[in-house]
Amino acid sequence: MNRACLKALFSHWRRNPLQLFAFLAGLALATALWSGVQAINSEARASYAAAAATLAEGQFDQIIPPSGGTISQDDFVALRRAGWLVSPVSEGEVSGVRIIGFDPLSSPVNFGIDKPEPEEQNLLEEGVLYANPETMRGVEDSFDVPLRANSNIVVGMTVGDISVVQQVLGRTDLTRLIVLPEQPLRRPKLHDVTPHLDLQEASQTADIGELTDSFHLNLKAFGLLSFAVGLFIVYSTIGLAFEQRRGIVRTLRALGVPLPRLISLMIVEVFLLALVGASLGLALGYFVAAALLPDVAMTLRGLYGAQVSGVLKFRASWWVSGMGIAVLGSLAAATVQLRQIAAMPILASVRPRAWQMHAGRALRVKASAALILMIGAVALGLFGSGLIAGFALLACFLIGAALALPVLIHPFLVFAQNHARTAVACWFWADTRQQIPKLSLALMALLLAISANVGVVTMVSSFRLTFVAFLDQRLAPELYVKVLEATQAVAIETQLPELGATVLPLLSHDTEVAGQPTRLFGVRVGPTYRENWVFLEGLPDAWDRVRDGTAAVANEQLARRAGLWVGDSVMLTQDHRITIAAVVADYGNPLGQLVVDEALFHTLHPQIEARQFGVRTDDPAALRRILISDLGLADSAITNQSALKDISLQVFDRTFTVTSALNVLTLAVAGFAMLMSLLTLTDLRVPQLAPVWALGMTRRRIGQLELMRTVVFAALVCLFALPVGLGLAWVLLTIVNVEAFGWRLPMFLFPLDYLRLFVLAILAAIAAAFWPAVRLMCLPPAQLLKVFANER
Amino acid sequence: MVQASRVLTFRNISKSYAGESGQVQVLRGVDFDLSSGETLALTGESGSGKSTFLHIAGGLDAADSGLVEVTGCDLSTLSDVQRAHVRRENVAVVFQQFNLIPSLTVGDNIAFQARLAGRVDDALLIDLAERLNLVNQLRKYPEDLSGGQQQRVAIARAIAARPKLLLADEPTGNLDEATAQRVLDALLALVTDTGAALLLVTHSPAIAARMDRHVHLSRGLLK
Repeated sequence: MNRACLKALFSHWRRNPLQLFAFLAGLALATALWSGVQAINSEARASYAAAAATLAEGQFDQIIPPSGGTISQDDFVALRRAGWLVSPVSEGEVSGVRIIGFDPLSSPVNFGIDKPEPEEQNLLEEGVLYANPETMRGVEDSFDVPLRANSNIVVGMTVGDISVVQQVLGRTDLTRLIVLPEQPLRRPKLHDVTPHLDLQEASQTADIGELTDSFHLNLKAFGLLSFAVGLFIVYSTIGLAFEQRRGIVRTLRALGVPLPRLISLMIVEVFLLALVGASLGLALGYFVAAALLPDVAMTLRGLYGAQVSGVLKFRASWWVSGMGIAVLGSLAAATVQLRQIAAMPILASVRPRAWQMHAGRALRVKASAALILMIGAVALGLFGSGLIAGFALLACFLIGAALALPVLIHPFLVFAQNHARTAVACWFWADTRQQIPKLSLALMALLLAISANVGVVTMVSSFRLTFVAFLDQRLAPELYVKVLEATQAVAIETQLPELGATVLPLLSHDTEVAGQPTRLFGVRVGPTYRENWVFLEGLPDAWDRVRDGTAAVANEQLARRAGLWVGDSVMLTQDHRITIAAVVADYGNPLGQLVVDEALFHTLHPQIEARQFGVRTDDPAALRRILISDLGLADSAITNQSALKDISLQVFDRTFTVTSALNVLTLAVAGFAMLMSLLTLTDLRVPQLAPVWALGMTRRRIGQLELMRTVVFAALVCLFALPVGLGLAWVLLTIVNVEAFGWRLPMFLFPLDYLRLFVLAILAAIAAAFWPAVRLMCLPPAQLLKVFANER
Repeated sequence: MVQASRVLTFRNISKSYAGESGQVQVLRGVDFDLSSGETLALTGESGSGKSTFLHIAGGLDAADSGLVEVTGCDLSTLSDVQRAHVRRENVAVVFQQFNLIPSLTVGDNIAFQARLAGRVDDALLIDLAERLNLVNQLRKYPEDLSGGQQQRVAIARAIAARPKLLLADEPTGNLDEATAQRVLDALLALVTDTGAALLLVTHSPAIAARMDRHVHLSRGLLK
């Protein structure tokens, strides 16, 4: 019995290949976008974990120099003599590749290099560096020593013996000391031996996974939105297929198939189809992820300094997640139909019900659900907090708007019908209204996609405008210089003013302010800061107060996280309280910052000397030459302001490449949903159009009107998508961004961009409607006549 | 010779449904028996409740009161699943609207109920296709057939399942005279071959005359 029943159920798909294609393609697209994003996230997280493991982050205490400084060999020797068991590490960067040198004899970690066999053999080969083959591509010539491939090493890093690394970097100092877990009982305190060095406990090490959480959550949210849009296709297809099979269900039951068995077999059917669709989607998702991963890796490197492999590996986690969500999504989409079938009396009419008879009731249900969701969104906006609440608000708002769409379109069409002057126009509007229940899912998908596009375009463009202005404010100095030696720092401070340049030392120290990890900056208050920095809010004499050492400027991230604002005071040390004189925007920075005058900074941290400087000059090129020739600075130690701005903007644009790509894909999926809905409904349209044809309208005219109908629907959707999209942008800018990154962005409008998007959406809808319209135009008269022949 | 046994029993069966002007009583305490190998014509005016009678007999609908037994099973005491089992194993219905499965070929449609019951007889299938003039239609789909051809497929499906009780709701309504006779011959041949009982709803006195018995349903009562 099972075999015969399954054959009867599956025969429907064989006879309706377009519906089968719509189901599989819809699910495959939905799964592809979701699993693609999951694959990217998994790859990134695996890279973080590998990096943390190989770099010994979070495993051992470390001794670190003051910010911007290094540890001398003398400090290392002094600590060893005092009994501290530490292992030296020297780090730097060559051609964008992080290079790490360690002492294989004392280091508790091997930085990814396998222990050789036999054990007597040396861990590291003499005079070489080791790197992942992916890292080696294109950078081999940048190193003076040979590179050996080792796939265990984290991508973006080169590892070797500390002596080799120091030789490559041309320096003898150290960047940190790993404190071994076993230490002698009696040893002096660190500050007694090396007062200028700090001990950083393993638990304090920055977790790149935590820093990037917001970014990954954003990606996941987009993946989920794309999945939801794709699932609309599945839901629509399942709905149509089940409606068309009501007759089969009735017949099977009349012939003796028990209802529970029938429901079970239909679940099996959906499950098997979902497996096929999900498998296709996972394969597609792999390609989507592989295409997007290099951009994501670049973004994460630029934004957070996180090294992520640009090569995608097949991981069970995203495979299982993709398969699971696809199967569950399909079964959830089928649940409503299965419940209707379970409740359907055996002798019920086989006429399709949901599309026609219950259209009015369905509209009321949608309106109620939309209202409830909108109230939920408002409540979350007023009372919710945290990123999850922000996304929940977005979900309520978007789904509520989508459900409200058919309800809102209805009165427009009634109005048009009431004002139609010709019989054809009257029929056109009435028939268009009748199509709402059938097309509502596709229209909702289109609304979500267009709204998401409007929202993201507004957010990204607002962000870009703000960011460019922000860079102009904050990157005022024409040159940025970084030195290694104290003598070079002194030379810059004394010699450059003689050449007419203004030197702005940049002192920094990582500390904790109001319970938040914060980077404390010491700056030389002067015209550069007074004229260029635009505060979100500040006291009129903010810089004077900073100069006096009684106040500080906080960045927005610190202010929001610590609940501080202008006028509040905060403890810098046990005996030093300071007022927040101003709050300044600090876009793109994940960390909290507090800016004080350099004199106060020196009082608080006398051991820290400036190693970085901003330099104001009228002739940056000439000054650059002097810095290299007279002060002996390396070319790489000097950065032009314009180059820095270019890099920042490049990072910014790459950051949103992924978002834009997902955006376009979502719109494409929505267009596909429209196409599939129209195609699968073509056959159902024949009985509705046959009488009009019989009354004298040509097939060509009927096809044209079908096309026109789609344009009307797309235009109405665009009309509603604009406020929804702007609402989405507002939520993203004022709630989600603040929760995710700690800053709030101003919102700008971009009417031309919206117009371009709407034209694109209407063109996509016309493209989707073209084939179904042509099919109707080419319908043989015999098929139209059949409608009347079959009437009983 | 098949031993005659009672296949269908109605005892004091009543049935009503909600109409536009209140409750409509379609069956009023009907008593009725049908034995294996017996053929019976049920006639009545349109709307007299013939189809309801047939649906109750097939376990597709339930009576408000009274006893319905099919091959000795009291349908009123059975669950939905058990009633489905009785239908699958013992009953076949030729519906007025054919109720073919549009996505299966004619051949698969004819074999369908027999497959559900697990007793496919390939020789019988071929024989039925020949007798009902469907040999050239076996690979086609129902939508490619005329109403009369679909009617014959529905009848072939019912007969192929070799039921103990065959219920036919105006099985020749869409057929021309000659084809109607051939279809009726096939139905009667099944009764002769298998000892099934046939309950046939018809408006045609000629067809009714070919049955062993003839009852008329009027105002909810059998005459």
